[in-house]
Amino acid sequence: MQVEQKARVFLETHRITQKLDNDPSGVTQQLNAGTTLTNRYLIQNVIGVGGMGAVYRARDLHFPNVVKVVAVKEMINQARDELVRSTIVRNFEREANLLATLDHPSIPRIYDYFSQNERSYLILEFINGKDLEAILNESESYISEEKVVQWGIELCDVLSYLHNHHPEAIIFRDMKPSNVMINQFGHVVLIDFGIAKPFQAGQRGTMIGTEGYSPPEQYRGEAGNLADIYALGATMHHLLTKRDPRLEAPFTFMERPVRQINSVVSVEVERVISTALQYDPKERYESAEAMKEALIHAARDTGVLTKIALTKTATHTAGETIKPVWEFSCEDEVRGSPAYHDGIVYVGSYDNNLYALNAATGEFLWKYPTEGGIVCKPVVFEGHLYFGSEDKRLHVISTRVGRLNWTYLTEGPVRSSSHIAEGHVFIGADDGYLHAVNTISGRRAWRSDAGSPIRSTPLVVNDLIYFGTESGDFYCMDFRSTIKWRFKAKRAITSSPVVWQGTVYFGSVDSTLYALDARTGWVIWRFRLNKASITTPCIVGDYIFTGSIDGQIYCIDIRSAKEVWTFTTENQVTGSPVVYKDSLYCGSVDGHLYCLEFRTGRLRWKFRTQGPITGTPIAVDDLVYIGSTDHRIYALLA
Amino acid sequence: MKGFFQKLFGQDETVPENISAGPNSPPAVENSNTPIKNNLEPPQLLAACAQSVGMQREHNEDALFALTTSLTSDHSNLPFGFYVVADGMGGHQHGEIASGIAIRSMASYIVSKLFVPLLSVKPVTPEESLQEIMQTGVQEAHRSITKQVPGGGTTLTAALILGEQITIAHVGDSRAYLIDDQGKLEALTRDHSLVKRLVELGQLSIEEAAVHPQRNVLYRALGQGEPFDPDIKTMRLPESGSLLICSDGLWGVVPEEEISRLVNADTPPEQICQALVDSANAAGGPDNITAILVRLPG
Repeated sequence: MQVEQKARVFLETHRITQKLDNDPSGVTQQLNAGTTLTNRYLIQNVIGVGGMGAVYRARDLHFPNVVKVVAVKEMINQARDELVRSTIVRNFEREANLLATLDHPSIPRIYDYFSQNERSYLILEFINGKDLEAILNESESYISEEKVVQWGIELCDVLSYLHNHHPEAIIFRDMKPSNVMINQFGHVVLIDFGIAKPFQAGQRGTMIGTEGYSPPEQYRGEAGNLADIYALGATMHHLLTKRDPRLEAPFTFMERPVRQINSVVSVEVERVISTALQYDPKERYESAEAMKEALIHAARDTGVLTKIALTKTATHTAGETIKPVWEFSCEDEVRGSPAYHDGIVYVGSYDNNLYALNAATGEFLWKYPTEGGIVCKPVVFEGHLYFGSEDKRLHVISTRVGRLNWTYLTEGPVRSSSHIAEGHVFIGADDGYLHAVNTISGRRAWRSDAGSPIRSTPLVVNDLIYFGTESGDFYCMDFRSTIKWRFKAKRAITSSPVVWQGTVYFGSVDSTLYALDARTGWVIWRFRLNKASITTPCIVGDYIFTGSIDGQIYCIDIRSAKEVWTFTTENQVTGSPVVYKDSLYCGSVDGHLYCLEFRTGRLRWKFRTQGPITGTPIAVDDLVYIGSTDHRIYALLA
Repeated sequence: MKGFFQKLFGQDETVPENISAGPNSPPAVENSNTPIKNNLEPPQLLAACAQSVGMQREHNEDALFALTTSLTSDHSNLPFGFYVVADGMGGHQHGEIASGIAIRSMASYIVSKLFVPLLSVKPVTPEESLQEIMQTGVQEAHRSITKQVPGGGTTLTAALILGEQITIAHVGDSRAYLIDDQGKLEALTRDHSLVKRLVELGQLSIEEAAVHPQRNVLYRALGQGEPFDPDIKTMRLPESGSLLICSDGLWGVVPEEEISRLVNADTPPEQICQALVDSANAAGGPDNITAILVRLPG
């Protein structure tokens, strides 16, 4: 292989970060404010810096009585070779002339152009607004479907104008958020008409252009109008998902369909974007007009066009008709989570009772009264049921008839669930202690002062005990209650830890999902959620699932800590997701139990209860059980 | 375990007999068929490296860094290893400088941010996560290259082994593999190669790709492009086997079966590294060759 062939080349990206005034030769220095070009354009300030020069805001002095503001786009010709220099100037003039013939509300008007020494200038309409990249950067959440569809339709319009230009079709070739401005009236304006492109080729000859928005065929030099369609699809995808394609492997849009990331977007609009993003140009829309038509159609179907999008939740009404196999009504809210053992469902209620129900029929078997609300998930161990109550006690009763075995008194309400290991039950309480109690005698082996209430359920793995506290401490201790390591989150850790392959995972009210090395407590990664989480994560394969009070269910790659998908419910998610077969089940304070495809986050169905769901479902033998604050416990077909 | 618990909790009651002690409690019987386990006490990493300019190049644009330590005290043993391979780009753009800067910059960041705190008398864990530290390390290397050799570029594949975790940071087309005792190769990295991506999509045939003018185009490399985002992932370190990090001068020339056969030979790591490099040179040695091999504690 030749050395020349082996020399790698890179894809061009605009090196906006490289300040031109660092150039020691002084050739590429920016114009200072106050400079006047051709006695007419008074430079006011720099509004952008690109690879070939700056863009300035300037005042046109030919209108002395009014302030007429223009944009001055500068291109600095650094080619040494005279022939190359003149070619660049000629190309520049040709393109300026072309731009002068264009007349479309989404294309800035050109007023003038001229060259001075090594610099050439375009005088353009000043667009008072922001480009989409800036809008994306400033936005905390996804750009709304309504806006994206409106802008998409306008962009189709201007692409259609360009593609039908005579005598020669104009291919924009560089559709991306930073080349689309939104003016003060909220309409799109395409900027950067590739005039700078001939200049860039000389600068770094080994590179070709992609910024993650260009289609595969552009790398074979076949950029036709369908390349613009693809790039428009890519731009809309970026706006709706906030997933920057420049940070992803190229042409991977199909691996992350819009709704997998932002489930609020309608199926219809996702379909339009997916069609635009087909690898094979023949499978995309055949023209910008066709894509515009499809967008309008989708927007009508979903009501986006008539702005009823805000109340649009009825796209999956089919799921609303799901009938429970049975339901059972307690006398107060069910905030905790059901447990299953040997054909019986056990669930605690705020009516202070622990209920045992026939799992197949929902038939009431017995109840056991405590003196406080029960919010935990009962644990079954050797014929006994272990659960805490707000009456400050850990209760241990027989699974068959609910006969009391023993109780253990703490000094505060017990909201943590139990974990049983090595003949002892470990449980936290609001008295700020972790209690280790012998399962046979009900006597305390020890208790360890954690300094603040423990609502997180302790976990024992490899002879180490893990739990979080309401003051944000996370402890790893051994069976002697000696602290092996401690980690401090910024806010409470109510979420219960999960250990998987030597790593412990838990969420915090500080809006972070943590992954810590289970042996040393070193932080491996942190995943930022939009809001607090008290959810216990769930791990299946390479995915970790959690919920947040931001209303979302998250699926995160457990190795890279990258978001795989999110699903948005209509209120807080406080219960934990569980995965059963191919589905993920999770309740929401919006009252629904959701069933999603766990790999993609697509909604399979949702079931509406009459009150917020705060607990965690359990799925056994093709039935899923969930409690609701509407006092009921439901059994549904999984 | 039972006795331990009785002593620990100081109770008279017998611990129920049927608590499972776990499948691993009897000492594992040595398997004489797996000669490559290093089985040392304390468990430790054994690392070696080899490099060659190859048979057809005049310059070496590959760079490597390897740091292996053992820290055993207070009844705990924490193996620490940090390994980097960087493959500089192109002839005229100072590829060898870029790869050199990349490993120095990355290594000094990781050593100061992770290794030094690990050795301090009162060990402190850093505020940032391991992945964030690796990410910042790569960004530092990226910035150094942009500043010192504008236009220069390099791949970078780094592996951090700390305790039971391995964290990989990766940009470009050097590779990291795990090779198990049976010789099964698992690539931990994905090449950032444009043409490979087009082949995956069926946009190019393998034959077309082989002669494609952009077959050496990387869509991500250090020193090139903004925004910039390395691939970073963490997984549990296998209990035995080997980690191999190498430049394309090895993996692009020596078939995977051959790599796996050589890695699992019953010889010390330094001899294996040499054998890998020799094998690439025997196949023509068209490019610089770099290999780092780490035997995992097993």
